[in-house]
Amino acid sequence: MKKIDLIIIGGGPAGLSAAIKAREEGIQDILVVERNKILGGILNQCIHNGFGLHVFKEELTGPEYAHKLIERAKELQIPFLLETMVLDITPQKQVKLLSTNGVETIEARAIILAMGCRERPRGAINIPGDRPSGIFSAGTAQELVNMRGLKIGKTAVIVGSGDIGLIMARRLTLEGMDVKAVVELMPFSGGLRRNIAQCLDDFNIPLHLSHTVTKIVGKERLESIIIAAVDENRNPIPETERLIECDTLLFSVGLIPESELAKAAGVALDKRTNGAIVDNNLQTTVEGIFSCGNTLHVHDLVDDVTFEAYEAAVSAKKYLQNNTKSPTTVNVPVVVSGGVRYAVPQNITDISQELKLKFRVGAIYEGANVNVFFDNEQVYSKTKKILTPGEMEIVTLSADIIAKLQNVKEIRIDVK
Amino acid sequence: MKDVVIIGGGIVGCAIAMELSKYKVNTVVLEKNAEVGMEATKANSGIVHAGFDCALGSLKARFNVRGNQLFDQLAKDLSIPFRKNGAFVLAFSENDENRLQEIFDRGVANGVPHLEILKKEQILKMEPYLSQEVAYALHAPTSGITFGYEATLAFGELAALNGVDFHFETKVCGIAKIENGYEVKTNNGSFTSRVVINAAGTYSDEISNLINEKKYKIRPRKGEYLLLDTTAKYIVDKTVFQLPSKMGKGILVAPTFHDNILVGPSANDIEDKEDKSTDIETLQNNIKTARISIPEIPVHMVITSFSGLRATEATASDFVVEETHPGFINTVGINSPGLTAAPAIGEYIRDIVTERLQPDPNPDFIKNREGIKFLKGLSLDEQNALIKTNSKYGNIVCRCESITEGEVSAAINRPIGAKTMDGVKFRSRAGTGRCQGGFCTLKVLEILSKELEIDVSRITKFGKNSFILKYEGSQ
Repeated sequence: MKKIDLIIIGGGPAGLSAAIKAREEGIQDILVVERNKILGGILNQCIHNGFGLHVFKEELTGPEYAHKLIERAKELQIPFLLETMVLDITPQKQVKLLSTNGVETIEARAIILAMGCRERPRGAINIPGDRPSGIFSAGTAQELVNMRGLKIGKTAVIVGSGDIGLIMARRLTLEGMDVKAVVELMPFSGGLRRNIAQCLDDFNIPLHLSHTVTKIVGKERLESIIIAAVDENRNPIPETERLIECDTLLFSVGLIPESELAKAAGVALDKRTNGAIVDNNLQTTVEGIFSCGNTLHVHDLVDDVTFEAYEAAVSAKKYLQNNTKSPTTVNVPVVVSGGVRYAVPQNITDISQELKLKFRVGAIYEGANVNVFFDNEQVYSKTKKILTPGEMEIVTLSADIIAKLQNVKEIRIDVK
Repeated sequence: MKDVVIIGGGIVGCAIAMELSKYKVNTVVLEKNAEVGMEATKANSGIVHAGFDCALGSLKARFNVRGNQLFDQLAKDLSIPFRKNGAFVLAFSENDENRLQEIFDRGVANGVPHLEILKKEQILKMEPYLSQEVAYALHAPTSGITFGYEATLAFGELAALNGVDFHFETKVCGIAKIENGYEVKTNNGSFTSRVVINAAGTYSDEISNLINEKKYKIRPRKGEYLLLDTTAKYIVDKTVFQLPSKMGKGILVAPTFHDNILVGPSANDIEDKEDKSTDIETLQNNIKTARISIPEIPVHMVITSFSGLRATEATASDFVVEETHPGFINTVGINSPGLTAAPAIGEYIRDIVTERLQPDPNPDFIKNREGIKFLKGLSLDEQNALIKTNSKYGNIVCRCESITEGEVSAAINRPIGAKTMDGVKFRSRAGTGRCQGGFCTLKVLEILSKELEIDVSRITKFGKNSFILKYEGSQ
C-alpha cells in the first residue's frame, strides 16, 4: 500500500492553508485530495468581497483569496489530486480514494480533515406544503448563479438570515431578481452585522425577524409562500399569516460540518458543533488525525479558517516529528456555561503554548461579561459590547496562564 | 388499431403491461406525467405485505397473498430490491390479544404462511428498541420491503423491452365506443384499441366515468411520511405496525430497502387529487403515534417529509377489478396493498385480455431486466473493473449516497429513461441523502442537459412547468 506522511482531505481554504503551513514547516511528503475540478472550495462561488483582511491585510473576493492560496501552494509544489473523492478513512489512517483512475487506498501517517461544511436542507426543518420546483438551498443557488451564470427565477424569498442567505439576497437583486423578503425564525439574524447593512439595508430588502414559512404553495413551479410571525416558543401565530408571491425560495437555515469521514475514522464528535472533539493541538480523539476549518466547527470568516488550519499543520508537524501522539501533559476538559453554546477546543492536553478558545453564544448579549475559570479561579474577564450567535468569538489565553493548568480539573467559559 | 391501451403508468399499469407483453399483443401505455409512477406509486411505504389484514374472500386478500408469493421470483428476474424483513403487529395490553388473535386467524384463512403470535420477551429480543409496554405481537415473516418506484420501473421496462410502447405527457380526455373497440382521445392525438384498461389510480374514477353508467368517486386518502437518515437504521429492522383501524394499517415504523427509516403514513381523506402537501400537525402526530411503538424515534435525524395519495374509492371497501363493457376493464380504488397486489392484478387482467383476444404467446419474450449498476456495494476489484470500462463511475455526483455519473447517466439511458430531476432521483438515488440535493443539483442538471441534448433551462423537476431554472418558453 502506498504511504504518505500527511494527507489533507479537502482543497478549500482550510486544506490549502494547512498544506501551505505544513510545507513551510518542513513536511515534504504531502497530498491534498479535492473532489472538485478546481482547488479553492466554496470560495470559488463567493464572488463578493470581504475576505482576507486579517490574513492578507487587504480586502479580497472569495476567488481572489483562493487564488492567493493556490498560487502559494503551487509555488511550494504541493501535490494535489483533483476530482478525487475520499470514500472512507479507517482509524488506522487508510484513506480510500475514488477517481476516474479507479479506487485506491493510501496509508497516511497523519491526516488533516478539512472537508468544510454543508447546508442544512429544507427537510431537516420540515416546512410543510407542496413540493414544487424553484426551491434551492442558498449555496446551490449561489453555485448556479455565480459558477454557471444561470438564471434561477424572477421573484425570491430567502428563509434564514445566515451569511449565505444575506449575501444571496444582494446577489439575486443584482442579477435582476425581485427579492421580496428575508425571513428569520429567531429574533436576531444569524449573519454578520456588516452583511445585514450591506446586503439588505442598502437594497431595501425587508428582514422579518421572528417569522417562519408556514406553507409552500405551487403544484409545478413555486407560486407563493405563506409566512407568519412566531411566538416566544417559535410557534406560528395564525392571525399573522400572509401570502408572498414568489417563484423562487432559498433556504439558508444553517451549516453543518461534514463529519461523515471523521465518523468513519472513529473520531468522536461534539453534539453541539457536529464536528470533531479536538484538543488544543486540534488533534481529534484518533491519534494523528487533526481537524480544522468548517469541518471542525462553522466559521464566519475565512481568515479564521486559515489561522486554524495553520495551527493544525503545526500540530501535524509535531506529531510526525515525534512519531507519537502529541505530548500529553494534562487532560483538562473545556466546559461551557451561561450563554455559551459551544467552545473549541474541547480538551486541553498541551500546556506549552498559548490557547485560542473559540466560542459562540446562543442568543444576543449586550454588555455581557466573558469569563474563563480554571476550576473556581477566574483567569480571564472581559466585558463585550455585544455578542451575537452570528459571530464567533476568540479568547486568547497566554502561555503563562496556560502553564497554570497543571492541577486544574476543568476550564469553564461563561457569558453573563 | 392497437390491441390494448392501458391508461396509467403507475405500478398497476406497468404490471399489466408486463403481463401482456408475454403475448403477441400490441399494447400502449398512456401516462399523463413525464415519468412512470409519479402519483400514488412514488410515495409509498414500499412494504410487500403478508396479507393478514385484508378481509376474508376479498380481492385484496387474494391479490395480496398471490402478489407476495410472486415477489421473490420477480425480484430475481427483474433486479427489484426486495428483502423479507418480516413484520410485527404490536399489542400493548392483554385486551388487545384478542384482536391480535382475530388478525392471526384472518391471516391463516387468507393463506398467509408462518404467522405466529410472540410474547414480550421474544419480541424485545428481536427488536430491542420497541416499547417496553409491548405485550404481544403478531409476527409475519413473509412481509418484505421493496422500493415501489424501482418495482414499477422494472415492470414497465420489461414491458418496454418486450415491445410495449409508452407515451408520456399524454393525458386522456375522452373515450368513445367504436366498432370492435374504443377510441381514446388524448392531448397527443387519438388511439383506437380493441381493449382499454383503466389503471389510472387516483384518477381511475374520472377515466371510468368517461364511459360507464355507474359513477365512481376517488376520495384520495393522503398519507404523510417522515424519512430518517440511514444513521437511524439501528432502531428497527422489521416493519412495525400497531393494531389497524378502519382508516387502514396505521402509522408504521419500518426500514426502507436503502436503510432509511420511514415513519408514517397518516391517513386523511381529502378532495384535491393534486394536494401532496405536508403539514406540521400531521407529521408531529406521526411521530407521537410512532413513539408508542418505538419511544426513542430520533427526530433530529429526519431528512425529509413527503406525502402520497392512496386511490381510495368513496364507498368500495375492496379493490374494484371488473370488465364493465366488452373490452373495457376497470381497476378502481387500488389503495393499500396495491403495490404488493399489482403483479397479481397484472396476471388476473392478462387472463381477461387473453381470453378475449386469444393472442399467441410472445416467442421472443425477454424474461430478465437488469437494473442500474451501482458502484456502492461492489468489491474493490469489481469497482475498479467497472470504472475501467466506464470512467463515469469514477466521478462522484451525490456524495451522501456515493452515486456517480455512471449511475445518473445509466438512469437516463434505459428502456424507460429518466427525463426529469425526480426521474433521476428515483432511479439513481442521487439527491435522496442527507443533504437532499444540495451538492448534486447542478451536476444532475448538467448531465440531464448533456444526455438529453436540451438546454438546462428546459430541465424540469417532474415535467409540465416544474422548471428548475427560470424558463420563459419559446414565446
